[in-house]
Amino acid sequence: MIDRSFIGRSFPPLITGVEAGRLRAFARATGQRDPIYWDSAAAQAAGYRDIPAPLTFVFTLDLERDDPFYFINEMKIELAHVLHGEQAFTYGVPICAGDEVTLISKVVDIYDKKGGAMEFVILETNAQNQLGEDLGSMTRTIVVRNPK
Amino acid sequence: MSSVENTVTFASVQVGDELPAVSQRAISRTTLALFAGASGDHNPIHIDIDFSKAAGMPDVFAHGMLNMAYLGHLLTAWVPQTAVREFSTRFVAITQIHAVVTCTGRVVEKRHGNLVALEVEATDQNGEVKLAGKALVELP
Repeated sequence: MIDRSFIGRSFPPLITGVEAGRLRAFARATGQRDPIYWDSAAAQAAGYRDIPAPLTFVFTLDLERDDPFYFINEMKIELAHVLHGEQAFTYGVPICAGDEVTLISKVVDIYDKKGGAMEFVILETNAQNQLGEDLGSMTRTIVVRNPK
Repeated sequence: MSSVENTVTFASVQVGDELPAVSQRAISRTTLALFAGASGDHNPIHIDIDFSKAAGMPDVFAHGMLNMAYLGHLLTAWVPQTAVREFSTRFVAITQIHAVVTCTGRVVEKRHGNLVALEVEATDQNGEVKLAGKALVELP
């Protein structure tokens, strides 16, 4: 069982830069067809300061930690038993190449189903840019399949 | 000029309208390796068959976030990204290696404030639903 005292726990903030090269690699790896996601000039012509981070990219930014599986490891969850159950985003100001983003993650809930065979962890992450502007948030639900 | 050519407006959309579907190439082991590197998700269950088998899976399988990125492309091919206010999904089923994913969506509600609610789905070549999601977009 995951220690329920993690509910409400915040993790140390992550401050990370948004690199154009990383955005281009992400576009290539995801079959992106819209040039604003790899070409600065196209992005600027479309009204962005620079290449915009795509809709799911905050998830990638939060992996830029010394330990990308920080909350999983801190809660002593076995990575091999983890599945991604749900993922949600809300959006504020667009994130663009060159931004410096601060991410703060907090455990909002832990619960179990099927008599503890499956546990659920809900982690909410809020993002701000270097100007203190709200970039939105993401909420992930991970499912832990506990062996019988 | 936006690279989204057709301007979708609140007045122009109706409940039941379908978004233009977007299909992707078959997911290969290379796709997963490149996505692991680009996304920073190095969970070996997606790239290391030895690890996957030890975890009780028959093979590596796609990152849920790869499919969610594909669903995101569906949205931003329809409206500019700045129109998207909320986007969420459930990962309904594991997406196997070699799957060909198609993303579809439809308008389910028009709300006060020029907001349009969508349901979106990622399915494989057998029509099996892999991701079932929602989005809220604000239209001009």
